[in-house]
Amino acid sequence: MNASWRRERVAFLSTLTAPAAWIVLFFVIPLGVIWAYSFGRTLGLTEVAVTGTLDNYARLADPVYLMIFAKSLAFAAITTAVCLLVGFPYALVMTFAAPRAKVLLLLGIMLPFWTNLLVRTYALMAVMRTEGWINDAAGFFGLGPFEMLHTNFAVIVGLVQVHLPFIVLPLYSTLDRLDRSLLEASLDLGAGHVRTILNVVVPVARPGILSAVMLCFIPALGSYLTPDLLGGPDSQMIASVIERQFKRANDWPFGAALSFVLMYLTLAAMVVRAWQERRKGAPA
Amino acid sequence: MTTKPLIRFENVSKHFGNFIAVDDVTLDVHEGEFFTLLGPSGCGKTTLLRMLAGLEMPTSGRILLGGVDMTAAPPNKRPVNMVFQSYAVFPHLSVADNVAYGLKIDRVPRPERDERVAEALRLVKLEDFAARKPDQLSGGQRQRVALARALVKRPRVLLLDEPLSALDAKLREAMRAELAAIQQQVGVTFVMVTHDQDEALAMASRCALMNRGQLQQVAAPADLYEYPANRFVADFIGTINMIEGTLGVDEPDHAAVTSDALDVPVFVDHGVTGAPGTPVWVGIRPEKIALTQIDQPRPTGPAAMPHANVTSGVIVRSAYQGAVTLHDVETATGTVLKVSHVNGERAAAAALPVGASVWLSWPPRAPVVMLG
Amino acid sequence: MKRQPIGPLDYARRWPLRLWVGAVLLFLYLPLASLILFSFNDSRRTIRWEGFTLDWYGRMMNDGALIDAFINSLTIAALSTMVSVVLGAMTAIALWRFRFPGRGLFDGAVTLPIVVPEICMGVAMLVFFGQVLPWPRDLAWPFDLGAIVIAHITFSFPFVAVVVRARLASFNREMEEAARDLGAGEMRALLDVLLPHIRPALVAGALLAFTLSLDDFVITFFTAGPNTVTFPVKIYSMVRFSVTPEVNAASTVLMAITVILTLLAMKLQGRELAKIEQGH
Repeated sequence: MNASWRRERVAFLSTLTAPAAWIVLFFVIPLGVIWAYSFGRTLGLTEVAVTGTLDNYARLADPVYLMIFAKSLAFAAITTAVCLLVGFPYALVMTFAAPRAKVLLLLGIMLPFWTNLLVRTYALMAVMRTEGWINDAAGFFGLGPFEMLHTNFAVIVGLVQVHLPFIVLPLYSTLDRLDRSLLEASLDLGAGHVRTILNVVVPVARPGILSAVMLCFIPALGSYLTPDLLGGPDSQMIASVIERQFKRANDWPFGAALSFVLMYLTLAAMVVRAWQERRKGAPA
Repeated sequence: MTTKPLIRFENVSKHFGNFIAVDDVTLDVHEGEFFTLLGPSGCGKTTLLRMLAGLEMPTSGRILLGGVDMTAAPPNKRPVNMVFQSYAVFPHLSVADNVAYGLKIDRVPRPERDERVAEALRLVKLEDFAARKPDQLSGGQRQRVALARALVKRPRVLLLDEPLSALDAKLREAMRAELAAIQQQVGVTFVMVTHDQDEALAMASRCALMNRGQLQQVAAPADLYEYPANRFVADFIGTINMIEGTLGVDEPDHAAVTSDALDVPVFVDHGVTGAPGTPVWVGIRPEKIALTQIDQPRPTGPAAMPHANVTSGVIVRSAYQGAVTLHDVETATGTVLKVSHVNGERAAAAALPVGASVWLSWPPRAPVVMLG
Repeated sequence: MKRQPIGPLDYARRWPLRLWVGAVLLFLYLPLASLILFSFNDSRRTIRWEGFTLDWYGRMMNDGALIDAFINSLTIAALSTMVSVVLGAMTAIALWRFRFPGRGLFDGAVTLPIVVPEICMGVAMLVFFGQVLPWPRDLAWPFDLGAIVIAHITFSFPFVAVVVRARLASFNREMEEAARDLGAGEMRALLDVLLPHIRPALVAGALLAFTLSLDDFVITFFTAGPNTVTFPVKIYSMVRFSVTPEVNAASTVLMAITVILTLLAMKLQGRELAKIEQGH
């Protein structure tokens, strides 16, 4: 499969050059500029001098921003936990469903995944706002109205809605690969279903579950649209703060530093995941 | 063996969609038996075993264990344990923890648990491997873990699903003897599924042969071989020459079958229930036909019918197998009979070369007559 | 036929789990269903059903700004798709085929756009097209969309590469060797044998790239100038003001396009697409 590039120079150069040039010019350089800016100082409106200062990173120690990071991590963690709890039974059913039902369940989770994020978020806004029909229904029973939109609760609901497929799909692929006779052996040895899942399925599928958790946590951490539209003034996540630095406050170096902290967190999560994958692959 | 059956399948059927995996099976297994379910792949034997374990639910019928109806009981509420074909050893637990798994669930107190785990590991000769993880074990060792894990729960029945199929030939041979020995030692009733007839015959005290979801015959291994109930059984177990014919004589103590395939009648020393004129099948095992060179005197037939059971033919093919040589002998009617000849002395094979004319003869106690 | 009894691992047939799955699906689809429903509601208030109407779709058709945004989005998606498919296929073939110094680096660089938070990529594009390579203002349509197209290609073609790579894994190398053996040159063999093999992946990748481009809001939001509005950006500005039936109608249209494209792509290449979600 792996020919040396020297042997087929023409084919090699004609396939590699364009994508490599593109990725360097339009991805590596832009990110590099942001990275450089994170060590810079604002001069004018959009003028930045890269001075090598660490001030921008130091500003992150400000309790205001620490709070926002903590809150973002908490939002992402809660989202992931809820997604795992909600998604695991779904993935389990999908794994053990008949082939036709399996396809339908897969489609059921894939379609929202591909539906525009903005549309989905807007749909939730319409449902949850004070004049939305949840409150309408609650009012019918003499309850409410509940203030749901523009709260942290709404943000969590929105994040769970958006990220559920991120956890169900990898969970399904993990459970589907699980040797069914392990479950049967556990039942045969006297364990009930809950115990079988906790004592056998979860430990055996742990690398896959952790991988699913990462695949949910990483995008949840960087969410911009959901907290922006569903959240209130106190539900800002990192992305909102970054947006403000670039679009309103015009403090690019600080925004750049914030972006890169988010990048570092993302990359760290990916490294953890790759490490898990490797561990899973190691024993025969 | 004479007491009430330990396991009873009552008219058990299992359908998967339109496919009938098990078709109206009624079967008893007794305390202390080493019972095997034998049959070609897809015959329903594994489904039957899995229904006994509770891993499949019968579509209809009942399964009783010690007289108690277990049909609807979930697998974790049945006093049976299983050794899975893939062993299903929990990869995240050590050998000792695998074996202790079922005891922990039963809340067996720690000291007793440790003792029983040690005892089970001794039984399968894994005492030195207690701390290992399954990925540090060979296939044979993993299977022993699965065996210990099931036996440690002291089940009333141990179920084995093709336990030897994943082992290499040498190991399989050794495990056969060892499994039989373990069964003797613990005295638990074993029900084993296999598609390997040698395995079934060598290990079982009784054997059920299945085909297309139906029981064909339930008998001791020797009876299965010597008194097959029908053509499928006769064909599946060992090699047999099958001759289609008509019942000529049928008395309580003897019978004779005439066939277009042979120029002499086949005389047997037992009666057949059907009346004369019934179409039947006669089977003769290759090792039960005697071969002598044509220049020897004609072997004598049965006293009651001297012209029966002796014919002549020409050797058309020979397969030398060491202890025996398998000859294909073509008779005057064109029928080819398989005959195995013991190489009782070093020159025996050379004395019956391809092309040689020979006498074929068999005693009245050799053939079996089957109605279908 | 007789109803089969439920086996111990028939989790899909146990009613508590079925209820659970039903609840999850309701949670996912109810908001979308109500959005679609109320886009046909004959009332400005989007809370009670007042009767069926296509008014909102009619109004949408007459909203010049919305139509312009829609045409922009389709143009961007089409341009981005064309380039993404070519770049993605090249990337996949280069990584699948060759050993070369810096291969790991290149592999990492083209995988990164898939995982980098959208906001980070968005601000990077904002700064890049603001400072490093200022995109000329006041260009004639469609050249004013250039910056957005470039940004979309950058996050789309790595996805195409993933789909094509998955397909390449099943390529039988002997086919290419047979072509060489029969006298084809190295490029010729590649084109004659490899391209037909990866064609389904190219189609699926194209649909994927189109959907990604059409759906993108965050990165476009940062890259777009005041005069280059795409459909999602337009919807966003409408959403900020209020929940209205027009937004419902516009959302329904966007959703319908995505769903159709997704179903097409899944039909063409269900397996490869599923793998992307798993991040492989």
